[in-house]
Amino acid sequence: MATTTLHPAAPAYRSRSTLYDWLTTTDHKKIGIMYLINSLMFFVAGGILALVVRVELAQPGLQIVSEEFYNQAFTMHASFMLFLFIIPILAGFGNYIVPLMIGAPDMAFPRINALSLWLLPLGGLLMASGFFVSGGAAAAGWTEYPPLSGAKFSGTGTDLWIMGLTLIGTSSILGAINFLVTIFKMRAPGMTLFRMPVMVWTVLVTSILVLMATPVLTSALIMLFIDRNYGGHFFDPNNGGNAILYQNVFWFYSHPAVYIMILPAMGIISEVLPVFSRKPLFGYKAFVFATVGIGALGFSVWAHHMFTTGAVFLPFFSLMTFLIAVPTGVKMFNWIATLWRGQLTFATPLLFATGFLMLFLIGGLNGAFSAAVPVDFALHDTYWVVAHLHYVLFGGSVFGVFAGIYYWFPKMTGRMLDEGLGKLQFVLMFIGFNLTFFPMHQLGLAGMPRRIADYAASTGWSELNTVATIGGFIIAASMLPFFWNVLVSLRSGKVAGDDPWEANTLEWATSSPPPPYNFDHLPEIRSERPVFDARHGRTTNH
Amino acid sequence: MTANPSALTTADTHHAAADTHGSGGIGNPVLGMLLFITSEVMFFAGLFAAYFSIRAGYTQIINNVPTHVWPPTQPIDFAKLLNPFQLFTESGALNVILPATILLVISSFTCQMAVHAIRNDNRTSFVRNMAVTVTLGITFLLLQAFDYSVLMHEGLNMGSTTFGTTYFTLTGFHGAHVFGGVLMLSVVLYRGMAGQFSAKHHDMVEATSLYWHFVDVVWILLFMTLYVL
Repeated sequence: MATTTLHPAAPAYRSRSTLYDWLTTTDHKKIGIMYLINSLMFFVAGGILALVVRVELAQPGLQIVSEEFYNQAFTMHASFMLFLFIIPILAGFGNYIVPLMIGAPDMAFPRINALSLWLLPLGGLLMASGFFVSGGAAAAGWTEYPPLSGAKFSGTGTDLWIMGLTLIGTSSILGAINFLVTIFKMRAPGMTLFRMPVMVWTVLVTSILVLMATPVLTSALIMLFIDRNYGGHFFDPNNGGNAILYQNVFWFYSHPAVYIMILPAMGIISEVLPVFSRKPLFGYKAFVFATVGIGALGFSVWAHHMFTTGAVFLPFFSLMTFLIAVPTGVKMFNWIATLWRGQLTFATPLLFATGFLMLFLIGGLNGAFSAAVPVDFALHDTYWVVAHLHYVLFGGSVFGVFAGIYYWFPKMTGRMLDEGLGKLQFVLMFIGFNLTFFPMHQLGLAGMPRRIADYAASTGWSELNTVATIGGFIIAASMLPFFWNVLVSLRSGKVAGDDPWEANTLEWATSSPPPPYNFDHLPEIRSERPVFDARHGRTTNH
Repeated sequence: MTANPSALTTADTHHAAADTHGSGGIGNPVLGMLLFITSEVMFFAGLFAAYFSIRAGYTQIINNVPTHVWPPTQPIDFAKLLNPFQLFTESGALNVILPATILLVISSFTCQMAVHAIRNDNRTSFVRNMAVTVTLGITFLLLQAFDYSVLMHEGLNMGSTTFGTTYFTLTGFHGAHVFGGVLMLSVVLYRGMAGQFSAKHHDMVEATSLYWHFVDVVWILLFMTLYVL
């Protein structure tokens, strides 16, 4: 291959303002970072709404908001956290890391990548603009079941919610296509499928889930929109429609979406654990097949959200749900075996990763309880379910996200985050998290339904609710050291160097931050740990 | 690709991507389009699932007994209205759906002939066949618009039972996809007339033709379920 010299005088290289540069970039690294920033902004917004909910529930009686606003608050809290924080922030990590991990210069379709990014704030703001129209934002819960989300019971905010979510879904689909083509077609020489880091595998499986499931959500949203605005009868039983139909189509997306929200976080953990245990990941291939297995099973369990409708075949969906515990258990044992007898360095990424292991285990176990039909009949729509989903999505995904931020911040910025502040954040977040969500198990068992603004003092739920609210504020407080840490470290953090963690995968073979074209030079790829191999002289290095 | 990765210098990284594309297997744009079509299949699968579940559960009061009928016979007999093998409706308007279907199927063949031509570097034949395809696509859209006006005149609309809702949603989204396909084909035609495609470089033609065949297949499924079955 001929080497070509750059032409500094060429117009394309004329420097513009930094802002213009970022707004018009097609570089996957800048796009990835903007994904992270956009997602963190919606994380803050969703967090504030969560505090509104927690403050209202701390004591019986309505203290600070009306019931109408309470409904908007929990609906938009979930919508922001799921569609505008967790899913996009994991896509943001994927964007930044996947091309680097497979030794590619960029994503396969850089301009479509930019489109995927910019659809997100557009969709998010459209959704959030519901707060400023008459009737307020969408308020029927993030699931937006008809008839509550129909034209009769909800206003323009719901239409804005539908339009915003359709745009966000389109962004996800385009992103998934981009990831798949990148992973299948852009791998560096030597990077076979079974040498790809587990993070890349999880993004691959996640992208397939997005590709197959998200369009079905789009169809559900469009049917809802037609019912609301053009006199359709899809979900209107009075005119031959079928109200359960919405739930089926919605959960056909939203259950795989649960795996869309957790698999890349599992990928992050699987990168962090080997590096800080100084060992290879235990059972790489088993891990890959477990990931594929979760993805495949994920399409056959959606109706476990609908046990109590009486309209689904209970034994099948219960059995399939229990089966998911098998590949998940394989992963859990792989992670533990990776730590086993490792040379552990308890840096912040490993703390968050072990936090993930503990909390996700609880989230998995209380999920398995809910998969048993008779138990689910008792627990459906109680705070037990709220506890379960937060243990999985917050204790799992969000702890994974922070592990990823602490792990890759040096690569993205060239500077280390402060370890002391990082540990402070972890301790606060871990305590706050358990204080908030563990009591919800008990509240659920005591019969407290979800999505209520008020409860009677005689129910005996007050103490645990107060505890949960205190925990919520500790979680909020744990964000302060984090944002302070980012600000300070960007200016004056310790300089990271190319490979501060002595890691395994290709992103650490280039400079920090990497140049726009990613690699001056790639080490030979003979295993799933090419940088480890190069460091220890296992291959000839040109 | 060579076995010497150190040759991956600044400028060559872009060539590296291009090389992957050229070194066998399908090109990035074609793979991207196939994946996009996969997502579109799932989108229509959602709508079809809704259609069949509503269809299976539809009952109508006949002689005071709820009876399963499809298509509904009240307020009007939709089966009679939509019969594709009658050239005129009862009120004497033209029923153009069968001719429109035939034209769309033909357009898939002309599209493939265009692809075949450009694979053999025959640019004249490529442009001609592509022009015919675009024309057929536009004709289909015009015929569908005319058909909509006839149906609405006869009393079939979005709100006339779930049949109307599913009918217009399915055919409407298909029409939107035909419109998108016509736009893409027009760009292909324009670029073809400008001489931008050759036997070696015509990924966009391949990708667009895949999309057009997909749109055609969806219509055949729709035609079978809505008009024939």
